[in-house]
Amino acid sequence: MLYIDSIQNGLVIDHIQAGTSMRIYHLLKLDRLDCGVAIIKNVRSEKYGRKDIIKIEGEIDLNLDILGYLDPNITIVVIKDGNVAEKKSLTLPKTLTNVIRCNNPRCITSAEEGIDHIFSLSEKGCYRCIYCDEEFHPSRS
Amino acid sequence: MLRHLIDPLDLSKEEVISLLDLADDIKQHPENYREKARYKKLATLFYEPSTRTRLSFEAAMLNLGGSVLGFSDSSQSSATKGESIADTIRVISAYADICAMRHPKEGAPLRASHYSRIPVINAGDGGHQHPTQTLTDLMTIREREGRLSDLTIGVCGDLKFGRTVHSLIKSIIRFPNIRLVLISPEELRVPDYITEDELKAKNIPFTEVRSLDDAMAKLDILYMTRVQRERFFNEEDYVRLKNSYILTTDKLRPAKETLAVLHPLPRVNEITLAVDNDPRAAYFEQAENGVYVRMALIIFLLGL
Ligand SMILES: [Zn+2]
Repeated sequence: MLYIDSIQNGLVIDHIQAGTSMRIYHLLKLDRLDCGVAIIKNVRSEKYGRKDIIKIEGEIDLNLDILGYLDPNITIVVIKDGNVAEKKSLTLPKTLTNVIRCNNPRCITSAEEGIDHIFSLSEKGCYRCIYCDEEFHPSRS
Repeated sequence: MLRHLIDPLDLSKEEVISLLDLADDIKQHPENYREKARYKKLATLFYEPSTRTRLSFEAAMLNLGGSVLGFSDSSQSSATKGESIADTIRVISAYADICAMRHPKEGAPLRASHYSRIPVINAGDGGHQHPTQTLTDLMTIREREGRLSDLTIGVCGDLKFGRTVHSLIKSIIRFPNIRLVLISPEELRVPDYITEDELKAKNIPFTEVRSLDDAMAKLDILYMTRVQRERFFNEEDYVRLKNSYILTTDKLRPAKETLAVLHPLPRVNEITLAVDNDPRAAYFEQAENGVYVRMALIIFLLGL
């Protein structure tokens, strides 16, 4: 299994859907971090068959909300002094800023450059563009 | 605190009622409000022409003793030179005390409100929202029926792109015992975000029907809208559908005596001229009320 004990202080992003860890690596902008990052791909998991894992060494402050949207199965393990200090499950974030894009041609975001694409979580549990109310369909983007 | 009116739900139900009370009082005693907005300026930023809405805003401000400035077509304005909404509103904030924005793109007034130092009123954004029309509709419904609850409301025509319809539905269902009858061709049904998030989620009774005749007898309010040519990709569909939802005196026969027929105007042919003489026609009253609710809204947003 994994060498979680090789991290003294940091984060383990576990149960990532196999094959998607590089996308998460880029979305979290881990390439810009000044600390050790290990990407472990396609390991066997009891729960999900195959999974990816990302381990990040060091005390960092990441906005992990985005992960709840991308892959709700992901779990976060916080490591302190070589031990598991906390396990977190993810929830769907209330808003997503520049994570997904509005595709409505009538929306102001399609007419002007430089507008943040902001979506908010509706009561029904889907994401709608705050400008035009268009629902985001993951399959169409 | 700076307030805007972008979505009809930006106003609480209580605020809507007090605005309508104020609008009723203005209608009864316009002389009491002649100087209310003296020395204040309203900017009308109309990125697409809508003469009726713009004149209604301008009349409202002039009735309050204020003045107006603005543009009414983006081809004559800085918008075509590529200035962003954010920059335009920052500049306008220095010229005027309040503004009304009409824009072909959905969400443009919301975008403006994020950068504005003056109240922004959404005067219609694409096929999305039109909150001052909604206030006008609510005022007319309350005036005719004496209440905003316990009503069966039929909305007819283009329910897909008809922004006045979306705004009205979202607002009226905050009042108790509202039943909706959605009358449209299959191609122009109310979007799912209204039926799913608003109606089903809030347990509002509604039916969707294809014919005006099926609905007529039970309605307290009939809200007619125009089926617009530009909403169709081909001429054939437009021609086939445009005449199916025309209100005639004949179709009105089974309707209640107390029915009120509303229409945001301008109409093309969706209500025949003969219906104008029927006491149930309320759409010209509605157009007049538009000025009173806009006066009330200006007073409210400027804190006068
Ligand atoms: Zn949008």
